[in-house]
Amino acid sequence: MLLLNASGCLDALAAPDVARSLDAFVTKTITPLPREGNRPVRIAETDVGMLNTIGLANPGRDGFLADVLPRLRSIGIPIWVSVGGFAAAEYADTCAALEDVAAIELNLSCPNVDEAPESAAEIVAACRKTTGLPLYAKLSPALPDIAAVAVAVQEAGADGLSLVNTIRGLKLDRATLRPVLSREVGGLSGPALRPIALAAVHACYRATGMPIVGMGGVATGGDALELIAAGAEAVAVGTILFSDPSAPDRIRGELEAELAGRGLADAAQVRGIAHEDREVNTKKPLQFA
Amino acid sequence: MRAERLTVRATEPVGPYTLLRVARGGLEPGIPGQFFMLEAPGRLLPRPMSVCLAPPGELTFLIDPIGPGTQALCACEPGDAISVFGPLGNGYRLDVERPLLVGGGIGVAPLPFLSERLGHPPAVLGFRSDWHAEAAALVPNAETIVEPGLVTELVDLSADVLACGPEPMLRAVRELVPDAQLAWEAPMACGYGACYGCAVEIEGELKRLCVEGPVLRVAA
Repeated sequence: MLLLNASGCLDALAAPDVARSLDAFVTKTITPLPREGNRPVRIAETDVGMLNTIGLANPGRDGFLADVLPRLRSIGIPIWVSVGGFAAAEYADTCAALEDVAAIELNLSCPNVDEAPESAAEIVAACRKTTGLPLYAKLSPALPDIAAVAVAVQEAGADGLSLVNTIRGLKLDRATLRPVLSREVGGLSGPALRPIALAAVHACYRATGMPIVGMGGVATGGDALELIAAGAEAVAVGTILFSDPSAPDRIRGELEAELAGRGLADAAQVRGIAHEDREVNTKKPLQFA
Repeated sequence: MRAERLTVRATEPVGPYTLLRVARGGLEPGIPGQFFMLEAPGRLLPRPMSVCLAPPGELTFLIDPIGPGTQALCACEPGDAISVFGPLGNGYRLDVERPLLVGGGIGVAPLPFLSERLGHPPAVLGFRSDWHAEAAALVPNAETIVEPGLVTELVDLSADVLACGPEPMLRAVRELVPDAQLAWEAPMACGYGACYGCAVEIEGELKRLCVEGPVLRVAA
């Protein structure tokens, strides 16, 4: 099983050892122009997860390509670049400028900025025209029918799915009854997101059979195993990295023990097992780039 | 930076605060002003705490129980084990000629360790009440003032100031002593540059306090 970080949950340059404990590093989302991100307060803990409104802070496409990407390459692990934008053409232009990276993840679902007006499928189609690199579409769990969007991005040329982004949440200060975060709402991650992510992976695998990077509240090897059983081929960790930078090695060990306890050697043997006796749409070959 | 599970040795009340004492394990205490991320039992995210004192074999943290995480830390019992990760960030520069420590409220937390490393220089401390001011006993050579008095009334403008305290105090200190070393605070999820949550404005730009600070010579 490949283990990645969720975009925006690790700075490989600040913590290269943590990055090297992963099979690939996913960058923070890159937008065409530099973004300072949202004003503080940007994070808040809740009883069931964490809220963030970072707001896609990043050095912009040119700064990333000139300054950040060369330094990331020197860390020596495969790089996935998360691409964002505010119009399909912006996504496509950044994709066109990327070479020699393992994959591109299209962030189609940031809860903390205004969205592009085009649909996810239109953005994927625009990017498909400009790059031959593996394209993963990162979708929001708040979509009313995520499986339908998964089918649409598959037909538009996506190679895989990243499921899921955070879902919008709000925390009020109990004393003042005012929002804690500067932009009021933020993206909820952590334990509360896990069953939501599991349902999204389950539905999208059933509908598309595509390669899926499953993420959302993964904290243990058992959590990873459930996402794989629902149809994920790879798993990403996010919030758990904040409290446990050694989580990748631990999760791998726990997953191996879970598999060994079932007499299995490879997580691939479990992939999609939750769909046993159900028809999975496998019109696309199951390959992981 | 290293992570270990450390054993709680004791918790001691200091006015409204709690001094949490943990066995040091293999962790180095670092430089005064650096911080550790402490697992807050039962909570999702760890809490950043600067070292208060580092006697042999031990790390101590002065904690103000203001929320569920700090309350959980203060409720630790001897023998409990918590994950501790650090030291992190940039501490105070100790190559100063005439050090003066300036603290406000729970901002007194890193000053005992700093005082020890600097050979117990003079300190001025401001507190909300006499009860809070009991924490002044942790800092040798300290002069204390309680509201409505302000600690800035006690600052020698010609000294090399090393300060920690609430944001209005730090801004006031900086007005008086522009090159003061100031330890700032921000909510942090990770402490090592991963979450981008602790952004503060430093010289007109939003930067991560855990990576750039928490001790700065400029306003944050």
